[in-house]
Amino acid sequence: MGLAAAALVGFITVASTTSTEQSGLFKHLLPIFENKTGIQVRVVALGTGQALDMGRRGDADVVFVHARALEEKFIAEGHGVRRFEVMYNDFVLVGPSSDPAGVAGGKDIVQALKIIHTTRAAFVSRGDRSGTHFAELRLWRAAGVDIARDKGPWYRDSGSGMGPTLNTASGMHAYALTDRGTWLTFKNRGKLVIVVEGDRRLFNQYGVILVNPSRHAHVKRQMGQAFIDWLVGREGQEAIAGYKVGGEQLFFPNAEN
Amino acid sequence: MMLPLALDEVSFRDIIKPLSLEIAAGPSTIILGANGAGKSVLMRLMHGLLAPSSGKIFWRSAGRQAMVFQRPVMLRRSALANLVYALELAGVADCERQALEALEEVGLAHLAHRPARVLSGGEQQRLALARAWALHPEVLFLDEPTASLDPSATREIETIIKAFDASGTKVVMATHNLAQAQRLGDEVIYLHQGRVVERAPVAAFFSRPASAEAAAFIKGELPWV
Amino acid sequence: MSGEIAEGLRLVATLDLRLWEIVALSLKISLTAVVLATALGLPLGAAVAVVRFPGRDAVIVLLNALMGLPPVVVGLLVYLLLSRAGPLGELGLLFTPGAMVIAQTVLITPIIAALSRQAVADAWREYEEQLRSLGARGVGAALTLVWDIRFSLLTAVLAGLGRASAEVGAVMIVGGNIDGVTRVMTTAIALETSKGDLPLALGLGAVLIAIVLALNAAAFLIKEAAQRRYG
Repeated sequence: MGLAAAALVGFITVASTTSTEQSGLFKHLLPIFENKTGIQVRVVALGTGQALDMGRRGDADVVFVHARALEEKFIAEGHGVRRFEVMYNDFVLVGPSSDPAGVAGGKDIVQALKIIHTTRAAFVSRGDRSGTHFAELRLWRAAGVDIARDKGPWYRDSGSGMGPTLNTASGMHAYALTDRGTWLTFKNRGKLVIVVEGDRRLFNQYGVILVNPSRHAHVKRQMGQAFIDWLVGREGQEAIAGYKVGGEQLFFPNAEN
Repeated sequence: MMLPLALDEVSFRDIIKPLSLEIAAGPSTIILGANGAGKSVLMRLMHGLLAPSSGKIFWRSAGRQAMVFQRPVMLRRSALANLVYALELAGVADCERQALEALEEVGLAHLAHRPARVLSGGEQQRLALARAWALHPEVLFLDEPTASLDPSATREIETIIKAFDASGTKVVMATHNLAQAQRLGDEVIYLHQGRVVERAPVAAFFSRPASAEAAAFIKGELPWV
Repeated sequence: MSGEIAEGLRLVATLDLRLWEIVALSLKISLTAVVLATALGLPLGAAVAVVRFPGRDAVIVLLNALMGLPPVVVGLLVYLLLSRAGPLGELGLLFTPGAMVIAQTVLITPIIAALSRQAVADAWREYEEQLRSLGARGVGAALTLVWDIRFSLLTAVLAGLGRASAEVGAVMIVGGNIDGVTRVMTTAIALETSKGDLPLALGLGAVLIAIVLALNAAAFLIKEAAQRRYG
């Protein structure tokens, strides 16, 4: 680039999700922002529920997650200032290449889940209050399945991040819902392949929120807002689109501008 | 004659029954008795390592005491450093020179810089005596100092103890070894099951014991002689 | 599996500054914690070994039990303390190496205290009468004792260092595994494993094991040399 890096002026703490970090997006994105502004961005990667809780406790300056209903609740509770849409990625359904439920190649995620439920095919859930987990629960509801009541031995709650969940699915030859980013960088696939993708209901919207300084006086308001402004601004949006894994773009910027 | 030590109705649990005793300066005193008679406990009471359960112990002078145990306890340092440590604790001036003199006195000067704990049992016990010698104590307590040593080491230790006695240190030694008692002692205090049963000059004690227990002990009817 | 290990070692050997930054941070944090834990735990253990006080037996049992503190529980407790919502939030220590040092110090102080108490108590049994006969008392006697058995105490310190280097629960929770700031070997291994990048995780694991082995070998050699020199 040829531009000298700005001198370090401080840092902000951003609570985000494990799937976002594991996709490698931050490694690509943050150096650009840091070089430009001198603000170091420290990302603590947790599940969505935990990330928002971190914001509630005031342990983060900014939260950057992908669970719209929870984000709006977060703001309604007074912990966040305003929600900005940043980008979306999508989920895919992965499963064993042997496809015991016979759903491979389908374009309808809700239909696929109905069949998996009926055939009692093995399925691994994150079960950890993450954005992915909430998306999965939403889709079961759309499929008319009360998963809390109808789950059986075929449905496994791994209670862990996306990587370990995929490890489990690979080991058990089970289906799982994963974000595309984690899938592209996941190296332990075994016999797992993508079986369903492209359904609009699989799109996963990211939002970024400044933790409310009126509630938590120590929040680094200016630096946090600078990060948000950059993310939804032209430079940040271009940087997001520029992130590719194996030639494939993972995240699709869609900030209102 | 100055009285360094007096015990007044001193007891210790049920090991030492209430006894009264005066230890005078001068003649070396042997505490004699079978194993379990209470010799070690009595020694520790006199030296102040144990507090009596009842009664009082009086020290009439403030002179230094030293004690040598059956097994010598040395720090992980050189022989010389062990002596210097003891001298520094006692506030003695010119520690290193005094320590070297004490080592020469017992014939260990050539081992001054050897780690104390690699010396043989006999050498370590001599070292313990050197440590006591360097302090120039008024009273030297010895608790069965040769019980763990072979005859030649025993002889070396006894020579040093005689030197203490000759230099004016009051020697108080516990032993169950009759021959040793005769070699080293001036008077005998005979302890039986926590009681002082007899006290007499050495010659009289061994030729005409006044008590039945002492007589039996000398004759070897008690199993631990 | 051996293929993955080989690949892991190759990755490690050719890997960049980033890896060695992680190793350096791990060592800095665990060594700092061990130094603090020794400063706290050693005097505590020695005092409990030498001084008789009412309730001493209960304290000994407690120290021994605390050796088994689960790291993740310690992490949780320190997190609650250092969180902005918690009592020490003002310090702003959460998600910094400082918090990790605190958590690890809490974790290993009982280990060093309990093990040094044991060593000092055993030595005190041997030395007590002679030291008291020579007039050594209280703190002075305890210090002489501790200095005399210093090489045995090294074992206790090493046990603490081993525990600190190997744990992931505490540093993950209070450090947040932030890239470039609080990522240490164990949290990096956890991350790579969860990403399914097993060769890299194995490579890092090999480095960690090598470090711990080297420390233990050094301690063994030091003790042997001391044994020969001082008996």
